[in-house]
Amino acid sequence: MNRHLLSIHDLSASDIVRVLDTAESFREVGTRVIKKVPALRGRTIVNLFYENSTRTRISFELAAKRLSADVINFSTSGTSVSKGESLKDTALTLQAMGADAIVIRHPSSGSPLTLTRWVRGSVLNAGDGTHEHPTQALLDLYTMRDRLGRIEGLRVAIVGDVLHSRVARSLSLALAKMGAETTLVGPPTLIPPDATAWGVQVSHDVESVLPKLDVCYLLRVQRERQRQQYFPSVREYARLFGLTRERVTMLPDPALVMHPGPMNRGVEIDSDVADLPRSVIEEQVTNGIAVRMSLLYLLLAGQASDGGAADV
Amino acid sequence: MGASRLMDQDEVRRAVTRIAHEIVERNKGASATVLVGIAARGDDLARRLAAEIERIDGTAVPVGALDITFYRDDIGMRAEAPEVHETRIDFDINARTVVLVDDVLFTGRTIRSALDALVDFGRPTAIQLAVLVDRGHRELPIRADFVGKNVPTRKEEDVRVELREVDGQDAVLLEERVHAGGAEGP
Repeated sequence: MNRHLLSIHDLSASDIVRVLDTAESFREVGTRVIKKVPALRGRTIVNLFYENSTRTRISFELAAKRLSADVINFSTSGTSVSKGESLKDTALTLQAMGADAIVIRHPSSGSPLTLTRWVRGSVLNAGDGTHEHPTQALLDLYTMRDRLGRIEGLRVAIVGDVLHSRVARSLSLALAKMGAETTLVGPPTLIPPDATAWGVQVSHDVESVLPKLDVCYLLRVQRERQRQQYFPSVREYARLFGLTRERVTMLPDPALVMHPGPMNRGVEIDSDVADLPRSVIEEQVTNGIAVRMSLLYLLLAGQASDGGAADV
Repeated sequence: MGASRLMDQDEVRRAVTRIAHEIVERNKGASATVLVGIAARGDDLARRLAAEIERIDGTAVPVGALDITFYRDDIGMRAEAPEVHETRIDFDINARTVVLVDDVLFTGRTIRSALDALVDFGRPTAIQLAVLVDRGHRELPIRADFVGKNVPTRKEEDVRVELREVDGQDAVLLEERVHAGGAEGP
Protein backbone atom coordinates (compact mmCIF):
# COMPACT_ATOMS: atom_id res chain seq x y z
CA MET A 1 0.00 0.00 0.00
CA ASN A 2 0.88 3.60 -0.53
CA ARG A 3 2.35 5.45 2.45
CA HIS A 4 -0.41 8.07 2.43
CA LEU A 5 -4.16 7.90 1.99
CA LEU A 6 -5.22 11.06 0.17
CA SER A 7 -7.76 9.71 -2.26
CA ILE A 8 -9.49 6.49 -3.24
CA HIS A 9 -7.19 6.65 -6.28
CA ASP A 10 -4.32 5.66 -3.92
CA LEU A 11 -5.90 2.23 -3.40
CA SER A 12 -6.27 -0.71 -5.76
CA ALA A 13 -9.30 -2.99 -5.52
CA SER A 14 -7.14 -5.55 -3.71
CA ASP A 15 -5.89 -2.86 -1.30
CA ILE A 16 -9.52 -2.05 -0.49
CA VAL A 17 -10.28 -5.72 0.18
CA ARG A 18 -7.23 -5.87 2.47
CA VAL A 19 -8.39 -2.79 4.39
CA LEU A 20 -11.88 -4.27 4.84
CA ASP A 21 -10.59 -7.74 5.82
CA THR A 22 -8.19 -6.26 8.37
CA ALA A 23 -11.02 -4.09 9.72
CA GLU A 24 -12.92 -7.33 10.38
CA SER A 25 -10.21 -8.30 12.90
CA PHE A 26 -10.33 -4.87 14.51
CA ARG A 27 -14.08 -5.07 14.90
CA GLU A 28 -13.49 -8.24 16.94
CA VAL A 29 -11.09 -6.23 19.14
CA GLY A 30 -13.96 -3.77 19.70
CA THR A 31 -16.07 -6.56 21.22
CA ARG A 32 -13.48 -7.51 23.88
CA VAL A 33 -13.54 -6.40 27.50
CA ILE A 34 -10.20 -4.69 26.86
CA LYS A 35 -10.74 -3.01 23.50
CA LYS A 36 -7.11 -2.27 22.91
CA VAL A 37 -4.11 -3.90 21.24
CA PRO A 38 -0.45 -2.83 21.42
CA ALA A 39 0.13 -2.75 17.65
CA LEU A 40 1.13 0.95 17.42
CA ARG A 41 2.66 1.40 20.86
CA GLY A 42 5.10 4.29 20.88
CA ARG A 43 3.77 5.87 17.67
CA THR A 44 2.44 9.40 17.60
CA ILE A 45 -0.62 10.32 15.58
CA VAL A 46 -1.72 13.93 15.19
CA ASN A 47 -5.30 14.93 14.41
CA LEU A 48 -4.92 18.23 12.56
CA PHE A 49 -8.41 19.65 12.09
CA TYR A 50 -8.91 22.97 10.30
CA GLU A 51 -12.67 22.38 10.24
CA ASN A 52 -14.89 21.34 13.10
CA SER A 53 -15.78 17.71 12.79
CA THR A 54 -16.32 16.19 16.17
CA ARG A 55 -17.46 12.80 14.85
CA THR A 56 -14.58 12.18 12.49
CA ARG A 57 -12.05 13.44 14.99
CA ILE A 58 -13.40 11.29 17.80
CA SER A 59 -13.50 8.27 15.52
CA PHE A 60 -9.85 8.72 14.54
CA GLU A 61 -8.88 9.44 18.13
CA LEU A 62 -10.54 6.28 19.39
CA ALA A 63 -9.03 4.24 16.56
CA ALA A 64 -5.53 5.48 17.38
CA LYS A 65 -6.00 4.93 21.12
CA ARG A 66 -7.26 1.38 20.61
CA LEU A 67 -4.02 0.74 18.72
CA SER A 68 -2.08 2.10 21.74
CA ALA A 69 -0.68 5.05 19.78
CA ASP A 70 -0.23 8.44 21.42
CA VAL A 71 -2.74 10.93 20.05
CA ILE A 72 -2.46 14.68 19.85
CA ASN A 73 -5.51 16.70 18.86
CA PHE A 74 -4.56 19.90 17.15
CA SER A 75 -7.60 22.00 16.38
CA THR A 76 -7.11 25.39 14.91
CA SER A 77 -9.09 27.62 17.22
CA GLY A 78 -7.10 29.01 20.13
CA THR A 79 -3.80 27.76 18.72
CA SER A 80 -0.91 29.10 16.72
CA VAL A 81 -3.06 28.78 13.60
CA SER A 82 -5.44 31.45 14.86
CA LYS A 83 -2.32 33.56 15.36
CA GLY A 84 -1.66 33.25 11.62
CA GLU A 85 0.69 30.27 11.38
CA SER A 86 0.77 28.79 7.89
CA LEU A 87 0.00 25.14 7.12
CA LYS A 88 3.65 24.71 6.23
CA ASP A 89 4.96 25.95 9.55
CA THR A 90 2.41 23.89 11.46
CA ALA A 91 3.46 20.84 9.44
CA LEU A 92 7.16 21.45 10.10
CA THR A 93 6.45 21.84 13.81
CA LEU A 94 4.56 18.55 13.96
CA GLN A 95 7.33 16.95 11.93
CA ALA A 96 9.92 18.23 14.41
CA MET A 97 7.91 16.70 17.24
CA GLY A 98 8.12 13.30 15.58
CA ALA A 99 4.58 12.71 14.31
CA ASP A 100 4.35 9.29 12.66
CA ALA A 101 1.03 10.12 11.04
CA ILE A 102 -1.05 13.23 10.49
CA VAL A 103 -4.79 13.00 10.03
CA ILE A 104 -5.87 16.20 8.35
CA ARG A 105 -9.26 17.82 7.81
CA HIS A 106 -9.06 21.04 5.80
CA PRO A 107 -11.53 23.30 3.96
CA SER A 108 -9.25 23.54 0.91
CA SER A 109 -9.17 20.69 -1.57
CA GLY A 110 -5.66 19.34 -2.01
CA SER A 111 -4.25 20.44 1.38
CA PRO A 112 -3.39 16.84 2.40
CA LEU A 113 -1.38 16.40 -0.78
CA THR A 114 0.50 19.63 -0.08
CA LEU A 115 1.18 18.43 3.45
CA THR A 116 2.96 15.32 2.17
CA ARG A 117 5.71 17.55 0.79
CA TRP A 118 6.71 18.72 4.26
CA VAL A 119 6.39 15.68 6.48
CA ARG A 120 8.06 12.27 6.55
CA GLY A 121 5.20 10.39 8.23
CA SER A 122 1.93 9.19 6.72
CA VAL A 123 -0.80 11.64 5.81
CA LEU A 124 -4.44 10.57 6.03
CA ASN A 125 -7.09 12.69 4.41
CA ALA A 126 -10.04 13.11 6.78
CA GLY A 127 -11.88 15.35 4.31
CA ASP A 128 -10.49 18.13 2.12
CA GLY A 129 -12.80 20.81 0.72
CA THR A 130 -15.11 19.35 -1.91
CA HIS A 131 -12.46 16.85 -2.99
CA GLU A 132 -12.44 13.55 -1.05
CA HIS A 133 -13.15 11.83 2.25
CA PRO A 134 -11.70 8.37 1.61
CA THR A 135 -12.02 6.90 5.11
CA GLN A 136 -15.77 7.61 5.08
CA ALA A 137 -16.11 5.78 1.74
CA LEU A 138 -14.18 2.79 3.09
CA LEU A 139 -16.32 2.50 6.21
CA ASP A 140 -19.40 2.71 3.98
CA LEU A 141 -18.08 -0.13 1.81
CA TYR A 142 -17.34 -2.15 4.94
CA THR A 143 -20.91 -1.65 6.19
CA MET A 144 -22.38 -2.65 2.82
CA ARG A 145 -20.23 -5.78 2.59
CA ASP A 146 -20.97 -6.69 6.19
CA ARG A 147 -24.75 -6.35 5.75
CA LEU A 148 -25.19 -7.55 2.16
CA GLY A 149 -22.26 -9.97 1.81
CA ARG A 150 -20.68 -8.35 -1.22
CA ILE A 151 -19.98 -5.05 -2.97
CA GLU A 152 -19.67 -6.18 -6.56
CA GLY A 153 -22.94 -5.78 -8.42
CA LEU A 154 -24.69 -3.77 -5.69
CA ARG A 155 -26.96 -1.02 -6.96
CA VAL A 156 -26.36 2.11 -4.92
CA ALA A 157 -27.99 5.53 -5.17
CA ILE A 158 -26.28 8.56 -3.66
CA VAL A 159 -28.97 11.16 -3.10
CA GLY A 160 -28.49 14.84 -2.38
CA ASP A 161 -25.88 17.56 -2.76
CA VAL A 162 -23.37 15.56 -4.77
CA LEU A 163 -21.75 18.71 -6.14
CA HIS A 164 -20.31 19.83 -2.81
CA SER A 165 -19.87 16.38 -1.31
CA ARG A 166 -16.43 14.88 -0.82
CA VAL A 167 -18.20 11.82 0.57
CA ALA A 168 -20.09 11.32 -2.70
CA ARG A 169 -16.92 11.62 -4.76
CA SER A 170 -14.89 9.16 -2.68
CA LEU A 171 -17.78 6.72 -2.40
CA SER A 172 -18.56 6.79 -6.14
CA LEU A 173 -14.91 6.14 -6.99
CA ALA A 174 -14.65 3.31 -4.46
CA LEU A 175 -17.90 1.68 -5.58
CA ALA A 176 -16.81 1.86 -9.24
CA LYS A 177 -13.48 0.27 -8.29
CA MET A 178 -15.27 -2.60 -6.56
CA GLY A 179 -17.74 -3.20 -9.38
CA ALA A 180 -20.92 -1.73 -7.93
CA GLU A 181 -23.41 0.32 -9.97
CA THR A 182 -23.90 3.84 -8.70
CA THR A 183 -26.62 6.36 -9.53
CA LEU A 184 -26.32 9.96 -8.40
CA VAL A 185 -29.68 11.52 -7.61
CA GLY A 186 -30.47 15.18 -6.95
CA PRO A 187 -31.58 18.45 -8.53
CA PRO A 188 -29.52 19.28 -11.66
CA THR A 189 -27.89 22.21 -9.84
CA LEU A 190 -26.38 19.82 -7.26
CA ILE A 191 -25.05 17.16 -9.65
CA PRO A 192 -21.59 17.92 -11.07
CA PRO A 193 -21.71 18.27 -14.88
CA ASP A 194 -18.77 15.87 -15.31
CA ALA A 195 -20.31 13.21 -13.03
CA THR A 196 -20.57 10.56 -15.74
CA ALA A 197 -16.76 10.53 -15.85
CA TRP A 198 -16.82 8.97 -12.35
CA GLY A 199 -18.38 5.85 -13.86
CA VAL A 200 -21.90 6.55 -12.56
CA GLN A 201 -25.48 7.09 -13.78
CA VAL A 202 -27.38 10.28 -13.06
CA SER A 203 -31.07 10.71 -12.26
CA HIS A 204 -33.24 13.58 -11.09
CA ASP A 205 -36.21 11.43 -10.09
CA VAL A 206 -35.71 9.65 -6.79
CA GLU A 207 -38.93 7.61 -6.98
CA SER A 208 -37.96 5.94 -10.24
CA VAL A 209 -34.62 4.85 -8.73
CA LEU A 210 -35.72 3.52 -5.33
CA PRO A 211 -37.36 0.20 -6.41
CA LYS A 212 -34.11 -1.00 -8.03
CA LEU A 213 -31.71 -0.38 -5.14
CA ASP A 214 -29.64 -2.37 -2.68
CA VAL A 215 -28.46 0.78 -0.89
CA CYS A 216 -30.00 4.24 -0.64
CA TYR A 217 -27.24 6.58 0.54
CA LEU A 218 -28.43 10.01 1.64
CA LEU A 219 -26.22 13.08 1.84
CA ARG A 220 -26.60 15.88 4.32
CA VAL A 221 -28.31 18.92 2.84
CA GLN A 222 -26.49 22.03 3.91
CA ARG A 223 -28.87 24.87 4.51
CA GLU A 224 -26.36 27.47 3.38
CA ARG A 225 -26.57 26.00 -0.15
CA GLN A 226 -30.13 27.20 -0.27
CA ARG A 227 -28.97 30.73 0.50
CA GLN A 228 -26.57 30.28 -2.40
CA GLN A 229 -29.67 29.39 -4.46
CA TYR A 230 -28.77 25.83 -5.44
CA PHE A 231 -32.37 24.91 -4.58
CA PRO A 232 -35.39 27.12 -3.89
CA SER A 233 -36.23 26.00 -0.34
CA VAL A 234 -35.41 23.30 2.16
CA ARG A 235 -39.07 22.26 2.20
CA GLU A 236 -39.15 21.83 -1.54
CA TYR A 237 -35.97 19.77 -1.39
CA ALA A 238 -37.50 17.53 1.26
CA ARG A 239 -40.65 17.10 -0.82
CA LEU A 240 -38.79 16.23 -4.04
CA PHE A 241 -35.78 14.29 -2.78
CA GLY A 242 -36.25 13.50 0.93
CA LEU A 243 -36.55 9.84 1.94
CA THR A 244 -40.01 10.04 3.44
CA ARG A 245 -42.02 7.40 5.26
CA GLU A 246 -43.96 6.79 2.03
CA ARG A 247 -40.94 6.64 -0.25
CA VAL A 248 -38.95 4.24 1.91
CA THR A 249 -41.55 1.53 1.23
CA MET A 250 -40.59 1.68 -2.46
CA LEU A 251 -37.21 0.13 -1.61
CA PRO A 252 -36.84 -3.65 -2.01
CA ASP A 253 -37.04 -5.46 1.36
CA PRO A 254 -33.34 -6.08 2.08
CA ALA A 255 -32.18 -2.63 0.88
CA LEU A 256 -30.25 -0.46 3.33
CA VAL A 257 -30.55 3.22 4.15
CA MET A 258 -27.22 4.90 4.89
CA HIS A 259 -26.14 8.40 5.86
CA PRO A 260 -22.66 9.73 6.72
CA GLY A 261 -24.08 11.97 9.49
CA PRO A 262 -24.88 14.34 10.95
CA MET A 263 -28.48 13.95 9.73
CA ASN A 264 -31.08 16.63 9.19
CA ARG A 265 -34.13 14.71 10.33
CA GLY A 266 -37.12 15.91 8.33
CA VAL A 267 -35.04 17.21 5.43
CA GLU A 268 -33.13 14.51 3.54
CA ILE A 269 -34.53 11.76 5.79
CA ASP A 270 -37.78 11.49 7.76
CA SER A 271 -37.21 10.98 11.45
CA ASP A 272 -39.10 7.63 11.46
CA VAL A 273 -37.06 6.40 8.50
CA ALA A 274 -33.78 7.05 10.29
CA ASP A 275 -34.88 4.70 13.08
CA LEU A 276 -35.97 1.78 10.88
CA PRO A 277 -34.02 -1.50 11.19
CA ARG A 278 -32.85 -1.09 7.59
CA SER A 279 -31.16 2.23 8.50
CA VAL A 280 -27.62 1.28 9.44
CA ILE A 281 -26.41 4.75 10.32
CA GLU A 282 -25.15 3.83 13.80
CA GLU A 283 -23.41 0.73 12.43
CA GLN A 284 -21.57 3.02 10.04
CA VAL A 285 -20.23 4.90 13.06
CA THR A 286 -19.14 1.72 14.89
CA ASN A 287 -17.57 0.27 11.76
CA GLY A 288 -15.78 3.57 11.18
CA ILE A 289 -13.55 2.97 14.20
CA ALA A 290 -12.55 -0.51 12.97
CA VAL A 291 -11.88 0.72 9.43
CA ARG A 292 -9.74 3.62 10.68
CA MET A 293 -7.83 1.23 12.94
CA SER A 294 -7.24 -0.95 9.91
CA LEU A 295 -5.94 1.98 7.86
CA LEU A 296 -3.66 3.30 10.61
CA TYR A 297 -2.34 -0.21 11.17
CA LEU A 298 -1.71 -0.92 7.48
CA LEU A 299 -0.10 2.49 6.86
CA LEU A 300 2.05 2.60 10.02
CA ALA A 301 2.89 -0.97 10.98
CA GLY A 302 4.98 -1.44 7.87
CA GLN A 303 7.26 1.49 8.61
CA ALA A 304 10.25 2.01 10.81
CA SER A 305 9.23 3.73 14.03
CA ASP A 306 11.49 6.80 13.76
CA GLY A 307 8.93 8.79 11.81
CA GLY A 308 10.67 7.97 8.56
CA ALA A 309 9.42 5.52 5.98
CA ALA A 310 11.36 2.32 5.50
CA ASP A 311 10.14 1.88 1.95
CA VAL A 312 10.86 5.28 0.40
CA MET B 1 16.29 -28.40 -2.37
CA GLY B 2 14.94 -31.57 -0.75
CA ALA B 3 12.75 -31.64 2.32
CA SER B 4 13.06 -34.48 4.79
CA ARG B 5 9.95 -35.85 6.47
CA LEU B 6 9.99 -35.60 10.27
CA MET B 7 6.48 -36.94 10.85
CA ASP B 8 3.99 -38.63 8.55
CA GLN B 9 0.20 -38.80 8.75
CA ASP B 10 0.11 -41.63 11.29
CA GLU B 11 2.73 -40.05 13.53
CA VAL B 12 0.80 -36.74 13.55
CA ARG B 13 -2.39 -38.61 14.47
CA ARG B 14 -0.69 -40.55 17.28
CA ALA B 15 0.95 -37.39 18.64
CA VAL B 16 -2.41 -35.58 18.75
CA THR B 17 -4.02 -38.54 20.53
CA ARG B 18 -1.20 -38.74 23.07
CA ILE B 19 -1.29 -34.99 23.79
CA ALA B 20 -5.07 -35.19 24.26
CA HIS B 21 -4.55 -37.95 26.85
CA GLU B 22 -1.86 -35.92 28.60
CA ILE B 23 -4.08 -32.82 28.75
CA VAL B 24 -6.90 -34.84 30.34
CA GLU B 25 -4.51 -36.53 32.77
CA ARG B 26 -2.68 -33.36 33.82
CA ASN B 27 -5.93 -31.44 34.39
CA LYS B 28 -7.79 -34.37 36.00
CA GLY B 29 -10.44 -34.34 33.32
CA ALA B 30 -11.21 -31.55 30.90
CA SER B 31 -14.27 -29.90 32.43
CA ALA B 32 -12.48 -26.64 33.28
CA THR B 33 -10.21 -26.69 30.23
CA VAL B 34 -10.49 -24.59 27.07
CA LEU B 35 -8.31 -24.77 23.97
CA VAL B 36 -7.02 -21.73 22.09
CA GLY B 37 -5.14 -22.35 18.86
CA ILE B 38 -2.79 -19.79 17.36
CA ALA B 39 -3.68 -18.96 13.76
CA ALA B 40 -2.81 -20.34 11.29
CA ARG B 41 -2.71 -24.16 11.86
CA GLY B 42 -2.64 -24.00 15.67
CA ASP B 43 -6.42 -23.47 15.49
CA ASP B 44 -6.83 -26.58 13.31
CA LEU B 45 -4.71 -28.61 15.73
CA ALA B 46 -6.80 -27.29 18.63
CA ARG B 47 -9.99 -28.55 16.95
CA ARG B 48 -8.43 -32.01 16.49
CA LEU B 49 -7.32 -32.09 20.12
CA ALA B 50 -10.84 -31.12 21.21
CA ALA B 51 -12.33 -33.98 19.17
CA GLU B 52 -9.87 -36.44 20.77
CA ILE B 53 -10.54 -35.11 24.27
CA GLU B 54 -14.27 -35.52 23.70
CA ARG B 55 -13.69 -39.12 22.57
CA ILE B 56 -11.48 -39.91 25.58
CA ASP B 57 -13.18 -37.99 28.34
CA GLY B 58 -16.67 -37.32 27.03
CA THR B 59 -16.19 -33.57 27.60
CA ALA B 60 -16.90 -31.05 24.86
CA VAL B 61 -14.08 -28.54 25.24
CA PRO B 62 -14.57 -25.00 23.86
CA VAL B 63 -12.11 -24.15 21.06
CA GLY B 64 -11.02 -20.65 20.11
CA ALA B 65 -8.65 -19.15 17.56
CA LEU B 66 -6.15 -16.44 18.43
CA ASP B 67 -4.30 -14.18 16.02
CA ILE B 68 -1.24 -12.64 17.63
CA THR B 69 -0.34 -10.15 14.89
CA PHE B 70 -1.25 -7.03 16.89
CA TYR B 71 0.96 -8.22 19.77
CA ARG B 72 4.09 -9.04 17.78
CA ASP B 73 7.37 -7.53 18.95
CA ASP B 74 8.61 -6.82 15.43
CA ILE B 75 5.86 -4.49 14.21
CA GLY B 76 7.58 -1.48 12.75
CA MET B 77 10.66 -3.49 11.80
CA ARG B 78 9.22 -4.90 8.60
CA ALA B 79 8.53 -3.33 5.23
CA GLU B 80 4.89 -4.47 5.15
CA ALA B 81 2.30 -4.65 7.92
CA PRO B 82 1.97 -8.36 8.81
CA GLU B 83 -1.15 -10.10 7.52
CA VAL B 84 -3.92 -10.53 10.06
CA HIS B 85 -5.95 -13.68 10.73
CA GLU B 86 -9.23 -14.14 12.54
CA THR B 87 -9.46 -14.15 16.33
CA ARG B 88 -12.53 -15.90 17.72
CA ILE B 89 -12.78 -16.63 21.43
CA ASP B 90 -16.51 -16.64 22.09
CA PHE B 91 -16.34 -18.15 25.58
CA ASP B 92 -15.18 -16.93 28.97
CA ILE B 93 -11.57 -17.80 29.85
CA ASN B 94 -11.82 -16.49 33.44
CA ALA B 95 -11.16 -19.23 36.02
CA ARG B 96 -10.44 -21.78 33.25
CA THR B 97 -7.26 -23.57 32.29
CA VAL B 98 -6.33 -22.38 28.82
CA VAL B 99 -4.27 -24.75 26.69
CA LEU B 100 -2.56 -22.71 23.99
CA VAL B 101 -1.99 -24.79 20.86
CA ASP B 102 0.57 -24.09 18.14
CA ASP B 103 2.19 -26.14 15.40
CA VAL B 104 5.88 -25.33 15.95
CA LEU B 105 7.67 -23.97 19.02
CA PHE B 106 10.83 -22.15 17.95
CA THR B 107 12.05 -18.82 19.39
CA GLY B 108 9.11 -18.53 21.80
CA ARG B 109 8.21 -15.05 20.57
CA THR B 110 4.85 -16.12 19.16
CA ILE B 111 3.96 -17.61 22.54
CA ARG B 112 4.99 -14.46 24.38
CA SER B 113 2.68 -12.46 22.09
CA ALA B 114 -0.10 -14.98 22.67
CA LEU B 115 0.28 -14.68 26.46
CA ASP B 116 -0.07 -10.90 26.17
CA ALA B 117 -3.13 -11.29 23.96
CA LEU B 118 -4.81 -13.83 26.25
CA VAL B 119 -4.68 -11.64 29.33
CA ASP B 120 -6.74 -9.07 27.42
CA PHE B 121 -9.55 -11.65 27.36
CA GLY B 122 -9.54 -12.42 31.06
CA ARG B 123 -7.66 -14.09 33.89
CA PRO B 124 -7.32 -17.83 33.41
CA THR B 125 -6.46 -20.13 36.33
CA ALA B 126 -3.48 -21.36 34.35
CA ILE B 127 -2.12 -21.28 30.82
CA GLN B 128 -0.49 -24.41 29.39
CA LEU B 129 1.20 -24.87 26.04
CA ALA B 130 0.80 -27.74 23.58
CA VAL B 131 2.85 -27.93 20.37
CA LEU B 132 3.16 -30.53 17.65
CA VAL B 133 6.89 -29.90 17.19
CA ASP B 134 9.50 -28.35 19.49
CA ARG B 135 12.51 -27.47 17.35
CA GLY B 136 14.61 -25.68 19.99
CA HIS B 137 16.47 -22.34 19.64
CA ARG B 138 14.45 -20.48 22.27
CA GLU B 139 15.10 -16.75 22.62
CA LEU B 140 12.79 -16.35 25.64
CA PRO B 141 12.28 -18.36 28.85
CA ILE B 142 9.30 -20.32 27.51
CA ARG B 143 8.71 -24.10 27.45
CA ALA B 144 5.92 -26.40 26.28
CA ASP B 145 3.81 -28.57 28.62
CA PHE B 146 2.81 -31.01 25.88
CA VAL B 147 5.06 -31.82 22.92
CA GLY B 148 4.28 -34.06 19.94
CA LYS B 149 7.89 -34.46 18.92
CA ASN B 150 11.21 -32.88 19.89
CA VAL B 151 13.34 -32.25 16.83
CA PRO B 152 16.94 -31.00 16.89
CA THR B 153 17.35 -28.46 14.09
CA ARG B 154 19.80 -25.92 12.78
CA LYS B 155 18.65 -22.31 12.94
CA GLU B 156 18.90 -21.97 9.17
CA GLU B 157 16.41 -24.78 8.65
CA ASP B 158 12.64 -24.42 8.43
CA VAL B 159 10.15 -26.77 10.01
CA ARG B 160 6.94 -26.83 8.01
CA VAL B 161 3.78 -28.39 9.36
CA GLU B 162 1.15 -29.37 6.81
CA LEU B 163 -2.37 -30.19 7.92
CA ARG B 164 -5.21 -31.80 5.97
CA GLU B 165 -7.51 -28.84 6.69
CA VAL B 166 -5.24 -26.31 4.95
CA ASP B 167 -2.69 -28.26 2.93
CA GLY B 168 -4.57 -31.41 1.97
CA GLN B 169 -2.25 -33.77 3.87
CA ASP B 170 -0.70 -34.25 7.31
CA ALA B 171 3.09 -34.02 7.46
CA VAL B 172 5.95 -32.31 9.25
CA LEU B 173 8.83 -31.40 6.95
CA LEU B 174 12.36 -30.14 7.54
CA GLU B 175 13.86 -28.03 4.78
CA GLU B 176 16.64 -25.56 4.08
CA ARG B 177 15.47 -21.99 4.38
CA VAL B 178 14.88 -20.57 0.92
CA HIS B 179 14.16 -17.01 1.93
CA ALA B 180 15.25 -14.65 4.68
CA GLY B 181 12.90 -14.35 7.62
CA GLY B 182 11.28 -17.24 9.44
CA ALA B 183 8.19 -19.14 8.44
CA GLU B 184 7.06 -19.48 12.07
CA GLY B 185 6.43 -15.81 12.67
CA PRO B 186 8.11 -13.82 15.40
